[in-house]
Amino acid sequence: MLSMLKNHTGKITRKEIWGDDYFLLSLEAPDISRESQPGQFVMVRTSTDPYPLLRRPFSIHGRNGSHIDIFFQKTGIGTSLLSQKQKGDPLEILGPLGNGFLLEDGTESKKVSLIGGGRGIAPLYFLAQELNKNQSKVRIFYGGRSSKDIPLLSKFKKENIETLCSTEDGSTGFQGLVTELFEQEMNSEPPSLICACGPDGMLKKVSQISEKNHIPAELSLESIMGCGFGACWGCVKKIKKENIKQWQKICEEGPVFWAHEIVWDE
Amino acid sequence: MIDVSVDLGFLKLHNPVIAASGTFGYGLEFSQALDLNRLGGFVVKGLYFSPRQGNPPPRLAETSCGLINSIGLPGIGVKQFSHEILPKLTGLQTAVIINICGENREEYASVADYLDKHEEISAYELNISCPNVKKGGICPAQNPEDTYETVKLVKNSCSTPVITKLSPNVTDISEIALSAQEGGSDALSLVNTFLAMDIDAVTRKPKLGNIMGGLSGPAIKPIALRMVYQAVRAVKIPVIGMGGIQTGRDAVEYLIAGARAVQVGTANFISPDATLQIIDEINAFCEDNHIKKVEDLIRTLDIDS
Repeated sequence: MLSMLKNHTGKITRKEIWGDDYFLLSLEAPDISRESQPGQFVMVRTSTDPYPLLRRPFSIHGRNGSHIDIFFQKTGIGTSLLSQKQKGDPLEILGPLGNGFLLEDGTESKKVSLIGGGRGIAPLYFLAQELNKNQSKVRIFYGGRSSKDIPLLSKFKKENIETLCSTEDGSTGFQGLVTELFEQEMNSEPPSLICACGPDGMLKKVSQISEKNHIPAELSLESIMGCGFGACWGCVKKIKKENIKQWQKICEEGPVFWAHEIVWDE
Repeated sequence: MIDVSVDLGFLKLHNPVIAASGTFGYGLEFSQALDLNRLGGFVVKGLYFSPRQGNPPPRLAETSCGLINSIGLPGIGVKQFSHEILPKLTGLQTAVIINICGENREEYASVADYLDKHEEISAYELNISCPNVKKGGICPAQNPEDTYETVKLVKNSCSTPVITKLSPNVTDISEIALSAQEGGSDALSLVNTFLAMDIDAVTRKPKLGNIMGGLSGPAIKPIALRMVYQAVRAVKIPVIGMGGIQTGRDAVEYLIAGARAVQVGTANFISPDATLQIIDEINAFCEDNHIKKVEDLIRTLDIDS
């Protein structure tokens, strides 16, 4: 049996609070850690009671030996309960699930730009770590509404990951959207690959930039998910492959898709 | 050793737990998580004659102890199913039930006819109760005549036993249950999801792309249990109960209400092996309460004392 559909019980071994409502939990999950790729996710039960009913999807934020990290924003009942968990508490986890960013071919020694919007930054830290291992030149573009929405900036700086940031209110870094910052900066050092995660509006703009400048882009989509492993058909996006457009499951076929495959306006 | 087998007359199950249609893929997806042969049976995702795309997203909204879906029965169609999936379902030691759908009566009948006389198929489940495919959530199971005519036409088109899946979105479930029995149905399964909706108060938009959807999960259990109780008393054919079953004790309540077997749906999304946990819990319940045979629980509601 593959471990991805087996329920793992992982103890919280570290909890970090970032700003007002962002949290990092480190979970002991050796099987998941061993198999996980950047861009993959786990489904976490935030309560063993029937409310909230469903597990919540979280991308894998980092990997450290037998541990995986998740990084999330407190936005609703599920993430609120999760934010109250403490070191030592057990969590039920399924994973790793889905298809992550393609690292195998062509990323070695390349210039890769990572674009993260808000909580969409979560999987890009794990991706940056893995890209650094294969000698790629990584630049992170990190945007949010205001400085409190880009809490990981100090973490990236501390680890010497080149990070450019933007806020819509101008409280930190470039004033405007992260995609505007990227367009302004990309010509100084054109990347050969873009990897992005964030809200749909941001990803749609990244798709347009990717097409206009002929730079391939891998986009990680976010969605409400029922199960996370392809059984409920709840998390679909219109995807075009070989000129056939169809609803595909984000959890199973994605969550990472090539930008040119995603049909935005339908 | 507790005897957990149950007899539906036309079909013997080695335990009363069946994975519900639309929550269990075509079965094979779950073979990574559990041994399918340990199940009483499973019902595959609804099949129309032709492939279908389903409804636009968002397709899910979570509510208190419940889940509203407007998936809209996407699927591969009966030809691809019989060429690619059905051969992989042969040789299983569990009941394989095919959920059949149709835009009209004739389509139900043609799906039933196309898949007829396949040994690996234990029964059909006639899905006349999906709230997500017609405008306003309308389905044949809301009308006694429509129910009767659809069941009758399907029964005349095949020799496979037919379980008719009923909708809870009716005034009198007994009337519809009787219509399905009169049409020749071999059994009933109920309930499908409750027509429901959710709204985002800030944006004032519906949370589902299709506006309305079907509510499932523990939120519906007391109402579903009541409808199963009523249906059991209206008909002679066996009834399979479902709606919000999360634990062995939930399943036992349905058996006491008169269901001869149960289906587990939404729980599969939370734990891929939920069905096996429920089977283990039914066993443990019987052991704790000195019950030797699960059949001894069926229709034993104590209302006299």
